[in-house]
Amino acid sequence: MFAPLVAPHDPRQQDLVNRVQPPAWSDGGDWSFPLGTDGLGRDVLSRLIYGARVSIFVGLAVLVVAGLAGVLLGLLAGYRGGRTDRVIMRIVDTQVAFPGLLIAILMASLIGPSIRTVVIVLAINGWMIYARMTRGVVLSVKETDYVEAAEIIGCKARRVMWRHILPNLAAPITTLAVIEFARIVLAEAALSFLGVGVKRTDISWGLDVASGQDQIFNSWWLVVMPGILISLTVLSVSLVASWLRVIADPQEREKRFAATQIRRGARDDG
Amino acid sequence: MGEQLLEVDKLQVRFFTRRGAVHAVRDVSFGIGRGETVGLVGESGSGKSVTSQAIMGLIELPGSITGGDVRWKGQSLVRGPTAVADMKRVRGNEISMVFQDPMTSLNPVFTIGSQLTEVTRRHLGYSRKQARARALELLDLVEMSNPRQRLDQYPSELSGGMRQRVLIAMALSCEPELLIADEPTTALDVTIQAQILELLAELQERLGLSVLLITHDLGVVAGTCDRVCVMYGGRLAEVGPIDDIFETPAHPYSQGLLRSTPRVDEVMSRLVSIDGAPPDLVAPPIGCPFAARCGVFSDRCLNELPELAPIEEGRSVACWHPFTAT
Amino acid sequence: MPAGTPSPQPDPVIPGSSEPIVEVEHLTIRFPVGRPGLWGRHQKVVHAVEDVSFTINKGETLGLVGESGSGKTTTGRAILRRIDPVRGTIRFRGQDITQRSGESLRHLRRHMQLVFQDPYASLNPRMTVLKLVAEPLVVHGIYNSADEAREPVLELLEQCGLSADTADRYPHAFSGGQRQRVGIARALALRPEFIVADEPVSALDVSVRAQVVNLLQDLQAQGGLTYLFIAHDLSVVRHISNRVAIMYAGQIVEIADRDSIYDRPLHPYTEALLSSVPVPNPRLQRDRRRIVLSGEVPNTMEPPVGCRFASRCPLVEAQCHVEMPPLSPRSETHDVACWVR
Repeated sequence: MFAPLVAPHDPRQQDLVNRVQPPAWSDGGDWSFPLGTDGLGRDVLSRLIYGARVSIFVGLAVLVVAGLAGVLLGLLAGYRGGRTDRVIMRIVDTQVAFPGLLIAILMASLIGPSIRTVVIVLAINGWMIYARMTRGVVLSVKETDYVEAAEIIGCKARRVMWRHILPNLAAPITTLAVIEFARIVLAEAALSFLGVGVKRTDISWGLDVASGQDQIFNSWWLVVMPGILISLTVLSVSLVASWLRVIADPQEREKRFAATQIRRGARDDG
Repeated sequence: MGEQLLEVDKLQVRFFTRRGAVHAVRDVSFGIGRGETVGLVGESGSGKSVTSQAIMGLIELPGSITGGDVRWKGQSLVRGPTAVADMKRVRGNEISMVFQDPMTSLNPVFTIGSQLTEVTRRHLGYSRKQARARALELLDLVEMSNPRQRLDQYPSELSGGMRQRVLIAMALSCEPELLIADEPTTALDVTIQAQILELLAELQERLGLSVLLITHDLGVVAGTCDRVCVMYGGRLAEVGPIDDIFETPAHPYSQGLLRSTPRVDEVMSRLVSIDGAPPDLVAPPIGCPFAARCGVFSDRCLNELPELAPIEEGRSVACWHPFTAT
Repeated sequence: MPAGTPSPQPDPVIPGSSEPIVEVEHLTIRFPVGRPGLWGRHQKVVHAVEDVSFTINKGETLGLVGESGSGKTTTGRAILRRIDPVRGTIRFRGQDITQRSGESLRHLRRHMQLVFQDPYASLNPRMTVLKLVAEPLVVHGIYNSADEAREPVLELLEQCGLSADTADRYPHAFSGGQRQRVGIARALALRPEFIVADEPVSALDVSVRAQVVNLLQDLQAQGGLTYLFIAHDLSVVRHISNRVAIMYAGQIVEIADRDSIYDRPLHPYTEALLSSVPVPNPRLQRDRRRIVLSGEVPNTMEPPVGCRFASRCPLVEAQCHVEMPPLSPRSETHDVACWVR
């Protein structure tokens, strides 16, 4: 979102005079193009910053679409049970077995590669995990006394799902969403690298890696820079997910606290 | 009464939480002699389970024994350089424990036989054959039907009562001298409970066992124990022979407990309940922990902590205004 | 002074009016177990409740006693129409409710409610006490929101012995006894006539049990409530019930007024059950002649032909293995299902 403000150059602007310049700290480079330029003179740093836009957008879009669809279907399957459950779960199983790459290639050839294509493909591939998890949570919460109490006092099904069952979903879904975000960023980069993701004229880290791979020995920065950014993004998001999981477990925190107290020598003698 | 096998001496246990340190066991002292059954009675939060866990060295983070001692045959299991080794040697061997919930105390992925033989193989070094023979012996001892079949069955195939028998068998495998039973029948049906209590009484007589029975059920205590320790708010309220405690309870809490228990053999016009709730053990009251709920408290009760003091031969109460037998 | 002095005269059995509010006839409930076969049908079936019939009169407390596998909880849930019976009828205030579902069933909920066993699991931990107790009122359109219902909720809380400041707090701030009071307040919100209390004090401490039992009795006296009190604790049941039904392996084996059951039990299982309950009186316990049953509760997946108690019965005879004894009257208020007694 802030890319236009942050990026020093227009990522599409070609500057053939300055083409194939190495990053600023190597010889031949200068600070107006801090991370160097590519074969067409486009500034690498700016491309990276604009590329982030695409990654984040795709990540969020897929989260929303796949997440909503998956959670809804998982809710239905878990709460209704019986045939609804069996049918939905069979669909889930079938889709999980279907090779995602094939779908990507199919879509790309049908409607052409673009950001929209990527989002559709990744959503189709990604909703099942939300469905399975939601269904699991619903099944276990459904058996609790307070859900039964809600039904006995006369709550309609919708209210039971919304007020009593759904809030239990917040924590596990958040953790899942964070992990999925990282995975989607990686997936988008991979698809774009393979040419079945975004349009060739769009900007994406995957695309950058793809176009730079031929010159990896001469202009290493064209591949390494986007690569580092992809890894950094995935790593930091995974760390956030781990941290979320730890702070959500009160027992571990208590144990650690107690250990320090005892070490300080709390005693009651006499 | 004979020699004291187990001595608990001014035991203190705390649990360290962010909310504060919960002083779960406060200055508890009592002893168990050979062949005696002692009941440790209290409600949730009284500290009775924590006391039994401390005796068996089962207190884990965030809890810790912060004071006092537990001595077995004169040797400390808590203090001193050999304490840890002694505890390991004694636990499961000379002192063993039976827990409340047979569903969760047995490992569901191992057969009954393997769980039974594990104890003798570890503590007494039995071979597989010896251990299996011993296991069969034990199943007979606890009157288990079809013992040979049971050895190869899994816990999920047995009922609650049968599982509890297995746990008792495991506890007896090394011929312990003290059996600590923590709510051994609470999770069982009434008719099964009667079977198990009967079994425990028989075993005790036959093997000369001492038993520490921890429970909240006054009926169970009445039928099995020689002496009773009543706990409240982490401290001992009253200790004495069973008939005395039930017929002439000296501590207002004991009396309140008895009066609020409905009975199957009589109709009480109205249950006399004890108002209020147990004290917060993070900041225990300065004085008697029961004062706020007591019908006969005075200023002294609020400000001075009563110590357990003898009122008769073999009886002691921690109260400034104990009831006396008329 | 000995503790637990009983009242000088036996408690008079408080008569409910003889107008039945709940009538159960030939109730049979079976549960499929295990995986469904190829066509969705199950092979194994648990016979949870078999041919159970009884009535509960307005204003009385019927104690329903049994051990695990007796079917008592299932019966309670069936009356509330949470479970569908395979056979039988349930009538509430004269109307057949066995087939009720959907909106008319929801409407029925205003007249019959449930108090749960576990005070820790039966309250949604994310809702304040106000929202919990107001929910029935909101759901049935009596009030539009929990805040609007604050006054009646505070009244209910007070009736149940909870102060006004509990309304805005969450369940985890309260003890088991207090949470159970919240559950009772919630059950009362719609002013039902009939309440199923499913082991309402089993999970509470002894001294707190007395408080809750007293509360239930007071509420009944104030509001003319009818209770089905399901429990395995015979001592509590003796205290609170007018009539008692004993269940074993899915069937009622004995049903009578309270004093008859406890003082003059007829069915051998009832006798054994009563003698198994320990009494807090050491001298009595030592001297008591106890009937200790051998064996285990029968397998309700393959119930035996004939009386289900036959395998453990100390008085068993040949006929008991062959034919199931019907529940038949021995006096005006005492029915027993036994060939021998």
